[in-house]
Amino acid sequence: MLEIFQYDFMIRAFIAGIAVAIIAPLIGTFLVVRRYSLMADTLAHVALLGVAIGFLLHIHPLLTAVITSVGAGLGMEKLRKHKKLSGDSILALFLSGSLAIAVVLISVSRGFTVNLFSFLFGSIATVSVSDLYFIVALGLISVLTILGFYKELFLVSLDDEIAKANGIHTDVFNGIIVVLAALSVSLAIKIVGALLIGALMVIPVIAALQWRRGFLQTMLMALAISLTSVISGLIVSYFFGWASGGTIVIITISIFLCSLLFGKTKKT
Amino acid sequence: MPVTIPEKEKPCIEIKDLNFSYNNNVVLENISFTVKTGEYLGVIGPNGGGKTTLIKIILGLLQPQSGTVKIFGTDINAFAEKALIGYVPQRVSQDIAQFPATVEEVVQSGRTARLGIFKQYGPPDALMIDNAMSIADVTHIRSKRIDELSGGERQRVFIARALAGEPKILILDEPSVGVDITAQERFYAFMEKLNHEYGLTILFVSHDIDVVAHEVKCLLCLNKHLVCHGAPREFMTEAYLEKLYGKKIKFVIHGH
Repeated sequence: MLEIFQYDFMIRAFIAGIAVAIIAPLIGTFLVVRRYSLMADTLAHVALLGVAIGFLLHIHPLLTAVITSVGAGLGMEKLRKHKKLSGDSILALFLSGSLAIAVVLISVSRGFTVNLFSFLFGSIATVSVSDLYFIVALGLISVLTILGFYKELFLVSLDDEIAKANGIHTDVFNGIIVVLAALSVSLAIKIVGALLIGALMVIPVIAALQWRRGFLQTMLMALAISLTSVISGLIVSYFFGWASGGTIVIITISIFLCSLLFGKTKKT
Repeated sequence: MPVTIPEKEKPCIEIKDLNFSYNNNVVLENISFTVKTGEYLGVIGPNGGGKTTLIKIILGLLQPQSGTVKIFGTDINAFAEKALIGYVPQRVSQDIAQFPATVEEVVQSGRTARLGIFKQYGPPDALMIDNAMSIADVTHIRSKRIDELSGGERQRVFIARALAGEPKILILDEPSVGVDITAQERFYAFMEKLNHEYGLTILFVSHDIDVVAHEVKCLLCLNKHLVCHGAPREFMTEAYLEKLYGKKIKFVIHGH
């Protein structure tokens, strides 16, 4: 069993995987309770565009993914705030728009189609040392931000207007949530792939919600579910040669189904 | 012409020459009044009369086109101690109902503004939170989820939330909406207690003129303009009502 740690790439995959497994459900909880679940998917497609830009300009693709998705996230937040467009149409616009540009860029650049597959569905074998530094450093910043601003992020998510009336700068904290979501999506792209990131951010949270606990407990349960899924998913995918992203998400969905069956029903 | 009662105590909320329009529709016009410290004020008026808008301007959530709002003598936009104003919004009974939080977590969030950024909850906060829950009588449901509560219970939780911030002023928007009669009576007794025993200045909005008029010490009637301001008994007589409000308000009374 421990033989999988003989390989450097597996050790890197595990460290990166655990980092992503911690950040994704923490941010995911805020997205789900605010009914922003689809934002993770949209940001993932934007991050894919960032990866394409990175390949085209020969810049580290994770760096361009972070920059593009954070920028797009803030742009979406601004559009939503000014109420020119409804929330779901903004998501649809950015999702298909960024994918369209990404596809064109990929066709122009040629030659990274092999790599593209690993960004779409995740490929743990390709986590490089520089990826690892990136993931751990930004992951740490994300976790510290959530811990530091937990009470403000909770209040802003509970009720934006009460928060504002209490003198909380709601724009700043809404922005922080979007930036953190963009960060965690970019970091998770190598582990579960752009198409499955949404699952890792949302499914552990909705599984935890089935147990009808308070906010903090729901968040911690989502964290436990996500860690279990990622660690066991990486082990299973290594031994059976399955795609890591898909394996992780299938385990998460299994846990969700169990929670749905055995979780508490609403008392009324 | 507004009816005013003599002022003794120092001013708590001062509104001067307030005008607010939304998309060129005048919502509030030339509103001026003062709420003294310790007052128990009900704001009534027909739907669309600008009650909620007035509250949001007082809280600094909306900016008026002209006029000023002062809280304890300081302009609301420069007023740093927002925690002194406890706010219980109208939507409490609907939107927030789905949120996965316990009663205690919601009440605890009332300390957020008072603590400030990066400060964590400590023993003094726990004491205030327990205190607030006990005053609002929600201690026994502290670990319940807010979506498992009745409308009346949830409302008390959000009042507890406001109280946890140690406010001097409590502002409530349509607190009796979605609450049954028994809970309503309990609610008004509770407000009376907060005002009388704890010395809170209370301002609340309602469209329910008959109930409000019997409960509050001071009434403010709003229909774009300030129609009246004073003790309810001064203008709750049939003739006075007719004279002061005209047909619009009469419609509201008969609507219940």
